[in-house]
Amino acid sequence: MNDRFPRARTAIVGAATFGEGRCPGYEPYDMAAIAARDALAQCGLSFADVDGVFATTSNDTFGGAMHFAQYCGIRPRVMDNSRSGGNVFESYVERAVWLLEAGLIDCALIAYGSNQASALGKLTNTNRPFPYEAPYRPVNPMTSYALAAKRHMHQYGTTKEQLGEVALAARKWAQLNPDAVSRAPLTMDEYLAARMISDPFGKLDCCLVTDGAAAAVLTRADRARDLATTPIAVLGAASMTTHSHILAMPDLTVTPLAECGPRALAQAGLTPADIDLAELYDAFTINPILFLEDLGFCPKGEGGRFVEGGAIAPGGKLAVNTNGGGLSCVHPGMYGLFTIVEAVRQLRGDAGDRQVANARTAIAQGNGGVLSSQAIVVLGVE
Amino acid sequence: MTRVSEQGGPDQQYQAHLAAGRFMIQRGVETGKMVFFPRAIAPGTGEDLEWVEASGRGTVYSTTCVRKRPPETDLNIALIDLEEGPRMMSRVEGVAPDAVAIGMAVKARIVALDDGHIVVFDPAPGEAA
Repeated sequence: MNDRFPRARTAIVGAATFGEGRCPGYEPYDMAAIAARDALAQCGLSFADVDGVFATTSNDTFGGAMHFAQYCGIRPRVMDNSRSGGNVFESYVERAVWLLEAGLIDCALIAYGSNQASALGKLTNTNRPFPYEAPYRPVNPMTSYALAAKRHMHQYGTTKEQLGEVALAARKWAQLNPDAVSRAPLTMDEYLAARMISDPFGKLDCCLVTDGAAAAVLTRADRARDLATTPIAVLGAASMTTHSHILAMPDLTVTPLAECGPRALAQAGLTPADIDLAELYDAFTINPILFLEDLGFCPKGEGGRFVEGGAIAPGGKLAVNTNGGGLSCVHPGMYGLFTIVEAVRQLRGDAGDRQVANARTAIAQGNGGVLSSQAIVVLGVE
Repeated sequence: MTRVSEQGGPDQQYQAHLAAGRFMIQRGVETGKMVFFPRAIAPGTGEDLEWVEASGRGTVYSTTCVRKRPPETDLNIALIDLEEGPRMMSRVEGVAPDAVAIGMAVKARIVALDDGHIVVFDPAPGEAA
């Protein structure tokens, strides 16, 4: 396999969100189109400039990105509508980088929209039951992540309180973000008292269920320099998948990020010590613990101890999920594009009260399925 | 050319074995590598598969208790490492759903549902896989 990567030859020039929280009456394409329009407008581009469309929404079906391109009046050369889960948006960045580098496209639009919270009960579940899991009635995805958490606790002594540190840190960041959905103060006692749902997870170990849309725009670095926004360089991007269902995950304490994380950092020429902020896909509290280990911020098994004492909260040793994450900011079903938008906002210096001082490098990570499919983007301001 | 089996696809064959009281898993005809869940060809190698009866002995790899609101009762979900190697999802019965422990030795049992059969496990002290 070729590990060459066109480091810093492309950049994210637009990044926007819309309707985080509740967006009653809107369809996913309405929401994604608004975020897309706003992301393009930031840098002075429009739908007419877009020739690559990478779109996934909460309810898209056969036809995929074609419907979204039609909605926006785009005639794309390249279309992609992947549905492996929340990781697709980081993988879209990876693909867009290569397509831009190859000259197949000049401007990539990545978009997502979901009205899953407002449309609750009306959604069609497109996830077919798996006959070797469904009869046991797992409450997925939560049960699968709970099995991973239990194994990590058994193997490495990770504690419920360490899971709680992840929830508390997310809430503290959310309190600095006026757009975050859950901003009320949260104590460890309240966390531990939350009703258990699937051991070791209670309600506060699980991400929010919200609406939300996001979009990002990429172009080649030479063109990005002439646009209105600070270009955020793509320094590395990589993806890896090891399974689909939890019964087939090789080791429940090691995710595919252990392969693609170090690969993306190597493309960027960086180590974890060089990273100023990490936007990780925290669908459940165990996720950031696993991902910090797999990215190399600490050895395997040390993630629980790594997050102790407010280490990933504001003022801690590593800024993680600075918007409040999927646990306290927003989680419309597929969260991956929100980690990218937050990383861009931080690197632009546009993050308001939650701004990480002198942020120059960032990781945005996406997770799909049940820890199945991982993707990572390493971003920087040059 | 690969012929279509008169016994149907692998899901149907697995269910037919369970209905006849046999918990069968699959084995690669060339490498002997054991496979679960049932497939038409072996993962990785692509070789043909043959059915072999599982010993039924296994070990709990991970476990969770799904808490239900009454009148529904709590439910155990576990991943079981079979003695033959493959891992499967199941539940452990005969013990409180939150008392199932990682490393526990268990033994398979076939249970009939309205629309087929499944394999569940019971604690089997002294029968560690």
